[in-house]
Amino acid sequence: MNSHLALELHMRLTLLFEEYARLLDEDRLEEWTDLFVEECVYEIVSRENVQQNLPLSLMLCDNKNMIRDRISALREANIYNIHADCHIIGPVRGIVGEAGYEATAAYSLFQSTQEGETRLFSVGRYHAHIIERGGQLRFTRQRVVVDTGAILTLLATPI
Amino acid sequence: MDAAPAPDAIHRYSFPAADCSRIPYGMYRDAEIYALEQDRIFRGPVWNYLALDCELPNTGDFRVVAVGDTPVIVNRARDGSVHAMVNRCAHRGAIVQRAIHGNVRKHVCCYHQWSYELTGKLTGIPFRRGVEGVGGLPPDFDMAQHGLQKLRVEVLCGVIFGSFSPDAPPLEDFLDAPFVAQINRLFHKPPVVLGYQRQRVFGNWKLYTDNLRDPNHGGLLHMFQITFGIARLSGRGGATLDRDGKHNMSWAAQGARPEGETPDAGAGYGDTGRGDMDIRLRDPSMLRYHKEYPDDLSLTVASIFPNCAFQQIGNTLAVRQIRTKSADEFEIVSTYFGYADDDAAMRRHRLRKANLAGPAGLVSMEDGEAVELVHRAILRDRDEHSVVEFGGRGPVTDQPNLVTDVPMRGFWIYYCKLMGIPAGQALS
Repeated sequence: MNSHLALELHMRLTLLFEEYARLLDEDRLEEWTDLFVEECVYEIVSRENVQQNLPLSLMLCDNKNMIRDRISALREANIYNIHADCHIIGPVRGIVGEAGYEATAAYSLFQSTQEGETRLFSVGRYHAHIIERGGQLRFTRQRVVVDTGAILTLLATPI
Repeated sequence: MDAAPAPDAIHRYSFPAADCSRIPYGMYRDAEIYALEQDRIFRGPVWNYLALDCELPNTGDFRVVAVGDTPVIVNRARDGSVHAMVNRCAHRGAIVQRAIHGNVRKHVCCYHQWSYELTGKLTGIPFRRGVEGVGGLPPDFDMAQHGLQKLRVEVLCGVIFGSFSPDAPPLEDFLDAPFVAQINRLFHKPPVVLGYQRQRVFGNWKLYTDNLRDPNHGGLLHMFQITFGIARLSGRGGATLDRDGKHNMSWAAQGARPEGETPDAGAGYGDTGRGDMDIRLRDPSMLRYHKEYPDDLSLTVASIFPNCAFQQIGNTLAVRQIRTKSADEFEIVSTYFGYADDDAAMRRHRLRKANLAGPAGLVSMEDGEAVELVHRAILRDRDEHSVVEFGGRGPVTDQPNLVTDVPMRGFWIYYCKLMGIPAGQALS
């Protein structure tokens, strides 16, 4: 197999991103957490900072426990705008990388209020590192580079 | 929606109490009040935070910021001095510098190529003499009269402030001793920028400056620290003001959970179902505070009238600049920094602990929601009033604990003074 993935693997990566988006959109955040391995990085960073080579994120979890803490804080503590998320993830491009796969995909994230008013909340691109673990694909890194660096209202639920 | 400044707009709403314990809702929704604020507050006799000296290390380095809603270029000139000028061509009014940061020899307007030195002086106009003596500008056109509009600039400990007004007092008088001390504290050694965060809030900017002067909401709205047993409103803290009461520093001390107090002592929360839940985080490492100042303050938010706040949430340091967009929208642009001598572990700690602050902050995300909740609900009944009585009525003074919103009244008393609003008098 050359650096471009076999069709089957490409389909598996696409399905992983589909599951990722669906679990977020269905508010199954605890199950979404399970798409990550224990030693992982989940990060949301603005393109403005990336372009200036500045390290600050908007959200940074550098292990799975920090992701779990984020979710339990959303459940138990944080107050945020009541909304539904809808992720539209574009075609996934995957290549064989070091000890796994590198995958990127553009996304749009729409948010809707309880009254059914929708706004485009965020657009950007995923930069993931994915490995095989127990016969399944899991994220070791999900770096979300947001073009919408001016966060609308607040950023509570993961992108 | 925008409007021209209408001086009589200030008479539409009543401030029935001279201590500003009642604030009319209309002050947050009126486009004409907003327009007046640009003249009387942001361009009034005040100092606005612009940028940090360390963001402009080299000659020609610039950043485009905003004072209220006016775009402003801040840059370093050849002699090392910092200059600030309105980012608007003196010719046709176009944005001159289109990039938001960078390094240039001069600022050139793309529309007709008028060019400006780093001091704002107009130095180049193509075809000024026309072609073969025909066309061009009149011979008596005086380039010296057509530079970029300059702001006064003062730099304190590497923090750059600007003012439109010749009447602004010297910067240190305006800040007053506690806030000069706080800037010296946070910038006691060379800072280094770690990155920026931006947040658009669809509410009036003063709901945010109110929020910054309302320590009472900290342990009630922001439940992360309470839920996870880290701090609570009854801990040791307070509010420190300047002599005018226009600035506020909310502070909490390390170990804010008082000695010997049991977790169930959150009784002040009554039957709200909140109070101490004492759930444990799986990875509490980012919560650690590595003491780095001589005092024991682990949380300080110093809000300086009118447009900024200097934040220390443990080891997460940032300056927040408020950029107004309209009566109904503002942006918070936060510049996070550490120190040039941070080791790798401290750098990493600051970046992880930044999870607590900003638009996605575990401790702070609620502010965007709270501002919008108020802004939406006060559309009507503009001469109804917000109630500001925590910590008592009357004089505005330092506060010995966090159960207070007295500093909010301090802001409004000073605001009314600058706006020419006769607080405490019956409507004329």
